[in-house]
Amino acid sequence: MGANHDDHHHAPDGRGRALRLGVGGPVGSGKTALVAALCRTLGPSLSLGVVTNDIYTTEDADFLRRAGVLDAERILAVETGCCPHTAIRDDIAANLDAVETLEHRFGPLDLVIVESGGDNLTATFSRGLADEQIFVLDVSGGDKVPRKGGPGVTTADLLVVNKTDLAPMVGADLGVMARDAAKVRGQRPVLFTSIRQDPTAATVADWVSERVMAWSHTHATPVS
Amino acid sequence: MPSPPTGPTGSIALPEPAGGDVRTGERAGRGTADGGLGRRRAMRAHAAVATSLSVDGRTVVGRLASAPPLTLRQTGPYTVHLVSTAAGPLGGDRLALDVDVAPRTTLELGSVASTLVLPGEGESEMLITARVGAGATLRFTPEPTVLAAGCRHRLIVRLALEPDASVLWREEIVFGRYGEEPGRCHARFDATCAGRPLIRQEFTVGDPALDTSPAVFGAARCVGTTFLTATAKEALVADGVAVLPLAASGTLVSALAGDAVELRSRLKWGEKAASVDGDDCVAYGGRTGGPGIQ
Amino acid sequence: MNPALLLIADSRLPAGGHAHSGGVERAVASGAVHDVPSLSRFLRGRLHTAGALAAALTSAAALQASCTPISPAPDTTEAGTRDVTEAPPATEGGAEGGDDRESPWVRLDDEVDARTAAPAQREASRTQGRLLLRVARRVWPSSVLDELARTVPDPHHPIALGVAAHAAGATPEEAALAAAYHAISGPATAAVRLLGLDPVAVHALLAAFTPDLTAVAAQAHFAATSAYPAPHLAPRWEALPAYSAPALDLLAEQHAQAEIRLFVS
Repeated sequence: MGANHDDHHHAPDGRGRALRLGVGGPVGSGKTALVAALCRTLGPSLSLGVVTNDIYTTEDADFLRRAGVLDAERILAVETGCCPHTAIRDDIAANLDAVETLEHRFGPLDLVIVESGGDNLTATFSRGLADEQIFVLDVSGGDKVPRKGGPGVTTADLLVVNKTDLAPMVGADLGVMARDAAKVRGQRPVLFTSIRQDPTAATVADWVSERVMAWSHTHATPVS
Repeated sequence: MPSPPTGPTGSIALPEPAGGDVRTGERAGRGTADGGLGRRRAMRAHAAVATSLSVDGRTVVGRLASAPPLTLRQTGPYTVHLVSTAAGPLGGDRLALDVDVAPRTTLELGSVASTLVLPGEGESEMLITARVGAGATLRFTPEPTVLAAGCRHRLIVRLALEPDASVLWREEIVFGRYGEEPGRCHARFDATCAGRPLIRQEFTVGDPALDTSPAVFGAARCVGTTFLTATAKEALVADGVAVLPLAASGTLVSALAGDAVELRSRLKWGEKAASVDGDDCVAYGGRTGGPGIQ
Repeated sequence: MNPALLLIADSRLPAGGHAHSGGVERAVASGAVHDVPSLSRFLRGRLHTAGALAAALTSAAALQASCTPISPAPDTTEAGTRDVTEAPPATEGGAEGGDDRESPWVRLDDEVDARTAAPAQREASRTQGRLLLRVARRVWPSSVLDELARTVPDPHHPIALGVAAHAAGATPEEAALAAAYHAISGPATAAVRLLGLDPVAVHALLAAFTPDLTAVAAQAHFAATSAYPAPHLAPRWEALPAYSAPALDLLAEQHAQAEIRLFVS
């Protein structure tokens, strides 16, 4: 890489930079599909960058590049040394570096999405890396998952329950999931999607673009 | 970097056949060679070879100063071979070779046989100092250095290049004769161009705790490098050999192998890859099948 | 010992080190490292080659940091002038003035480059250096770290480590110790993850290396102070050690070209 990174790590208040959105969740819940959908839907109106954290290889990054939803150079892959949760929570240096590299190369950006490597229910993003985070579950993991909670389910800014089209097949009760999620999440929103049925993930995209607007409103570069 | 005395660089045109030495270099050794048995006393020898440019623009080997056991013979218009006229080096020997390639001249330096480093009283040392002038070309491709059991050797190379110098410098070290544990050798190689460092590296052979480390030599019995001023376009790696473009300029071909033949073929493959890739005129001329890219 | 050294050497320092295996991932893939004894041989070799080199360079950087007067004159050119007129006795150049205006960090960084033949290792070193520099500037703000970031934005890891250690209050020898430890602790942890080795056995291995760590750090520090014995003398970094490890070079390039990898290096 070797971009000139001098001093472009921004002030801690995030002024003048893009919203950083973390997308986390268990393996196979549809994180990459959601990121692709967001790029597809938001790409025309927002300036985007994506950082993927594959467990190994650059498969997710390659998937996104092949999907053609975003210029290939705007997608960076970070290796995480067997520990995807470390890279988004404890030692965020490589991810921050990738985010800043994107902002440096293509900035100003509106939104940088950091997709975590598939992990367990306890994995959440450090506030030093992500300003907002989405936790993605899918119904096939069982309708008990929201009740069990865990930091991802409980504290994410948005909980997405994906693959609702499979609910009848796996015997998952969406009502139970909604009720349990509300119980542990209080006022924080929950959205049910089926990215297979709606490849634009419209409801999630709406939520994200609303967050981007709010961010840019409060974090605009001060007029000098 | 201290540079040993060079002596006068006369531009005497030499009789072309592989005749005797023109001059004998400074020889401060007390002992004399007594044949190949390695029973002789420590020697100090300082040999030198220098080229100059003739009025009509050709290379002239203007100075050829042998100093036993380092004997130099001219074998072609700009080719010189090192001929050992005594066993060794032996422990205690201090040998130095100065190579001076004048601007816009060419020198090819080889050796007729491998160098067998033998034990003796104390450490032996071989110091090679080479200066390659602007636009000059040097190919240094001696036969391998073999570390006999019990030897203690230092091999120091200082290569100072001027801009546009073109160099291929090969170094091969074999860990003992067949079935033999190697003695100890410390090798250091420094190359600079116009004072700026291109490559500096050193390694030690013969420390049993390190030699077989999978981080150092692993199962190899030979190690070799070739430094080229040509810069390979990208790093390449094949079985036991890597072509490494250096940060400033130039390429290092680094190889490990089970025996000297395999080592040579790996190095040559890398040299060829680096030269074909790069844009240097010291391209390797021969042809080898690649050692099998993985 | 300065307690800051514990922070610098801690694998939990958020500077990206957890994603580097120092060649272990490829050595595991090839079967060369497969159990605790083979890991031990790997680490010993790594410590006494790459580790000893990193320790010497780190110590040199810390020494340079401690000898660098903080110049408030920032406006010396940053671009371009990277051709170093080397400092050894040569008095030929003369005209430009013996001590050039060039940043000592650029010179030292060039010396690290020359000692790192494998491009993959240079890149891994610069990535880790850049991340460490970022962390250090927030954790131990200091003008010498700012100066380094200004002249070499992505320094080699030993340089970032030496200067960070200095900024944190550690001595050059302590910095060397941190570098030596770093050279084996990351690879050891990577091996635990990749092979499922008993972490206690691997830590026992690291503990057994402590005398080696001390010795490597002491030698490294000796080499650095020999090259730069006093602030008023020009450092002779060309005389620093240049230990190489051919197998590590091969592993690094094989790793860079591998399709499947868990670690950056």
